[in-house]
Amino acid sequence: MFEGLTRRFQDTYRDLTGKGRLSESNVREALAEVRTALLEADVEQGVADSFCNEVLSEAVGERVTRSLKPGEEFIGIVHQKLVELMGPPAGTISLVSPGPTVVLMCGLQGSGKTTTCGKLAQWFRKRGQTVLVAACDLQRPAAVEQLEQVVMGVAALGGSRVAFHGEPDQCAEYGKAVGAAVGVARRALAKAKADKFDVLILDTAGRLHVDAALMNELESLDRAVEAHMRLLVLDAMTGQDAVRSAKAFHEKLEVDGVILSKFDSDTRGGAAISVKRVTGAPLRFVGVGEKPDDLEEFHPERAAGRILGMGDVVSLVERAQEAVKEEEAAELSAKMAEGRFTLDDFLKQLKTIRRMGPLKQILGMLPGVGSALSGIDMEDGKLDRIEAMVGSMTRKERADLDCLNRSRVKRISTGSGSTENDVNGLVKQFGMMQKMMKQFGGMAGAGKAAAMRQMAAAGAGGGFPTRGSTRTASPAAGFKKRKNR
Amino acid sequence: MFKRAWGALRQGLAKTADALGGKLRALLHGRRLDAATLDEVERLLISADVGVKAAAELTASLRAEFAAGTVERGEDAIEHLKKAICARCGGRSTAIAVAERSPTVILVVGINGVGKTTSVAKIAHSLRSSGKSVLLAAADTFRAGAVKQLTIWSERLGVDIVRGKDGADPASVVFDAAEAAVARGVDVLLVDTAGRLHTQEHLMRQLTKLRSVLERKIPGAPHETLLVIDATSGQNAIRQAELFSKAAGVTGIFLAKLDGTAKGGVVVAIGDEMGIPVKLVGTGETPEDVQPFDPASFVEAMLGAPEGPA
Repeated sequence: MFEGLTRRFQDTYRDLTGKGRLSESNVREALAEVRTALLEADVEQGVADSFCNEVLSEAVGERVTRSLKPGEEFIGIVHQKLVELMGPPAGTISLVSPGPTVVLMCGLQGSGKTTTCGKLAQWFRKRGQTVLVAACDLQRPAAVEQLEQVVMGVAALGGSRVAFHGEPDQCAEYGKAVGAAVGVARRALAKAKADKFDVLILDTAGRLHVDAALMNELESLDRAVEAHMRLLVLDAMTGQDAVRSAKAFHEKLEVDGVILSKFDSDTRGGAAISVKRVTGAPLRFVGVGEKPDDLEEFHPERAAGRILGMGDVVSLVERAQEAVKEEEAAELSAKMAEGRFTLDDFLKQLKTIRRMGPLKQILGMLPGVGSALSGIDMEDGKLDRIEAMVGSMTRKERADLDCLNRSRVKRISTGSGSTENDVNGLVKQFGMMQKMMKQFGGMAGAGKAAAMRQMAAAGAGGGFPTRGSTRTASPAAGFKKRKNR
Repeated sequence: MFKRAWGALRQGLAKTADALGGKLRALLHGRRLDAATLDEVERLLISADVGVKAAAELTASLRAEFAAGTVERGEDAIEHLKKAICARCGGRSTAIAVAERSPTVILVVGINGVGKTTSVAKIAHSLRSSGKSVLLAAADTFRAGAVKQLTIWSERLGVDIVRGKDGADPASVVFDAAEAAVARGVDVLLVDTAGRLHTQEHLMRQLTKLRSVLERKIPGAPHETLLVIDATSGQNAIRQAELFSKAAGVTGIFLAKLDGTAKGGVVVAIGDEMGIPVKLVGTGETPEDVQPFDPASFVEAMLGAPEGPA
């Protein structure tokens, strides 16, 4: 996400840095480019215009034009304005007591409401709440069954109680069951109260903001259950008009927040940037995949950092904390230092990293890496192959690679569907890695960097997917410096 | 093949006409052009999701005509825009391909939530109405409830369906469906696939595989690969068209959800940059709500002319 925008902002930064001093015409020129980039990213036109005007009026002020580092000052202003545009943070979802806290989902057709219901149920479940999810979409064929399967998938993960309420016999063909959803919602609420659920999530049918009958149904649904939180689900790839449709939902329903779905696509994020300003409702969550866990809270500050190529190290660390167990990490680093790091440990580490998400997504959170990665075909397939090769080795082989002979290598390559060369390459690289880890462990301070570089070079030699991933673009280094000031 | 003709699309596009065409006409009607008006035209085109580049080019040609004195009145400008947009998104055949020897295979692809399954139902309905026998293949075995959804449609429409279990390999469903289509001698095999983001390389490869399975079973298949595009989507739809074309050889676009205020302007950019024609337009949630795409009428409706060539 944000890829095109990041590149454009970095170009602008570079141009302005080269200028020495800034004049109003420099800034105007740069902003014209920024505006085009914003529009290409589907930022709503009015938002793009007012954003550029605000940046302009600040940037031509004395502070910037007299600054010796105009590029950094300029980017600083852009960052601040972006944060203002998308923020402030939505704050936590407060639960009512006594429960249930009623959450009403709404949105256009195909925006991802049903999938998001499952993710939201999982989000509450992870926080120890019991959740009832009810299917109030009686319009689309099999929507009830779909939600049931999604919810059962979440319930199967264990932990707090997650249950489903659906009345498939209430379904009808399009336009014939308008209003029936209200009854389903009422009964779901009664059930949630009786069975003491903490949260009730109501999935609703997709509807157009100009469909008066269905919009009225939504309003009466809201009134019938007195929802505490109304969430609008919006497709991240939405264009100019659909962002304005969000406004129509907000005007009808006073939504408490927006969830942007399909954020893991290559959307340039125009909807994320515009939605707060256009609707007035904060962006609370973004959907980043198809699994129940793929829902992240949205942080305007971090998103602004990502847009400008500053990376998002905070989110990266959070993900790592979710994926890595502390004792495991400590044990691994001890092993590394003592040179006892085996292929088994390597495999474990590989799996841990992959728990954090696709490689490209993880690396994209590092400052400057995102733009360097754009256009690179970063596949997780190479990691699959490495896993397969290690998986085809016996325990003895994994602990001691020296015991490998021709016939063992042949067996491993057959077992993992790779060639003997692949296996030999892996063994050779791992040997080098092991050697360097030993050096690394015994070293302090400055030497480490050199060893790191050596290690990266060893990795780039063959099977390890490091292509393009170690280069840090210079503008980002500049951003970082500024941020630390 | 289609019962309801362009009058209905104009109705569907009425809101579009209100929004864009209405504004455009209010802006241009009975007025002499000037620089400020031309800027406003560009803004209106961008707000219809036509894209920055296409909007700039469209207005640039308008400006050139204005400078040359050939376009002076607002009405001339509307005519000029109509022709220019038509040239970009049309001019190609929008007929659905028909195989020399049955069955004709139509593969329907797209990202999540654009309306693939509903679009498949619409195509099936219109084919049935024109007397063709249709077999559906429910190759979306991934999304919960997708097979059930298409099954309900098949029951409502009275067409046969081949399906696998949820979670089954879609290639095996397609394989079975292709065999069944040949054995039963149906006219058209319609394949619904799982929604996938175009950035998911392994899922895009799966699509390539589905294609080759069809090709092996039925020579020349798929005869038509339709990419469903959501009319509310922005410039990202261009990327979708690019990557789906690469993986699955898209031959036409089904523009879905054109019944809201969304203008689907992005198809202008797609037609222009990729040369992929829009073939069908979805304008509602019932199976009848589908129309063959006609660029001239599309533009008429989009720019809100009072009378269309219905």
